[in-house]
Amino acid sequence: MKNNIYLFVGVTALLLAVFIAGTRVYQRSQESNLTFLAHEKSELFVRDHSPRFGKKDAKVFLVEFLDPECESCRVFYPEIKKLLKEFDGKLQLVIRYAPFHQNSKHAIKVLEATKEQGKYHEALEFLFETQPVWADHHHPRPELVYKLLPKIGVDIEKLKKDMQSPKIKNVIDQDFSDLKELNVRGTPTFFVNGEKPNAFGIVPLRLKILEMIKKEYGDE
Amino acid sequence: MKELHKDQKFSKLTFLSWIVAFVATLGSLFFSEVMKFPPCSLCWYQRIAMYPLVLLFVVGFFVGEKETFFFTLPLVLIGWIFSIYHNLLHFGVIPETLSPCLEGVSCTAVYIELFGFLTIPLMSFLSFSLILILLFFLYRSSFEK
Repeated sequence: MKNNIYLFVGVTALLLAVFIAGTRVYQRSQESNLTFLAHEKSELFVRDHSPRFGKKDAKVFLVEFLDPECESCRVFYPEIKKLLKEFDGKLQLVIRYAPFHQNSKHAIKVLEATKEQGKYHEALEFLFETQPVWADHHHPRPELVYKLLPKIGVDIEKLKKDMQSPKIKNVIDQDFSDLKELNVRGTPTFFVNGEKPNAFGIVPLRLKILEMIKKEYGDE
Repeated sequence: MKELHKDQKFSKLTFLSWIVAFVATLGSLFFSEVMKFPPCSLCWYQRIAMYPLVLLFVVGFFVGEKETFFFTLPLVLIGWIFSIYHNLLHFGVIPETLSPCLEGVSCTAVYIELFGFLTIPLMSFLSFSLILILLFFLYRSSFEK
């Protein structure tokens, strides 16, 4: 009986150790792969078409893969705004799309089309704000965005026409192929100058940004 | 003396079965929690069958209940049947439109292919088959004269 207990504990410990070591090895390899991509294929993170917020000469790029329909992106948004304000001039936000929800593509098309009317920034905030109305998971009503958007002065007739543009389709396709290559599996996913925060959440994200600012600008 | 011999064989077999179930469980958790592959619905049914086996075999191993065979067999059979179905889907013997995976994660998406052939559904099938073989010997050592 005693021997059995030793055997059981020993094998359990061994298998768990293999599991933990495997996890470590896998995470390391993911990290080094990201570092490689950040150096060799930086266009994966920032495309010319990608909307950017913040000063253009800021050296720290916060790349966010988001989905206008995703609730946690909505929750993160005000926090991201605070970070942009806090690190003004050093940090810029790059928006990429990860259409992981039912009507995401529709919402992204709407959002991209507002660019033509110079309303992108406002529309993004407004869509997040009104998300519970048009993107309720039990009863999504994506067509409601056409009723909501005129409130911030969007011309819906023009919007519907612009949404058909092949340019927008290309944006969605390009972002999708990039997120596959970057192994993005959830929204929001953040990269700070090509590195992932150590954990999910606003605090780890802020720490990663601080680390990168220190790297780029030194101690000030 | 003969009884003791049987018991040793019994505990060896339950122990081996436990290792197989445990490795399969940790492996599946590695794929979903570390590599972040979303499990498809068929994977979930196989997980439901596999995870409790880890505990059942541990108890069988320590308590030495010969009935362990009966408690574990239904789970192993269910998991085994699901894994056969999953592999048939995977190799295209059954078209996916007939499967319950129309929404969410596809059951035929290939996430991993170790050594060029070992996919996740195949690993599941091999684990369940191995446990089934061990159970067959367990039955023989427990109940046949």
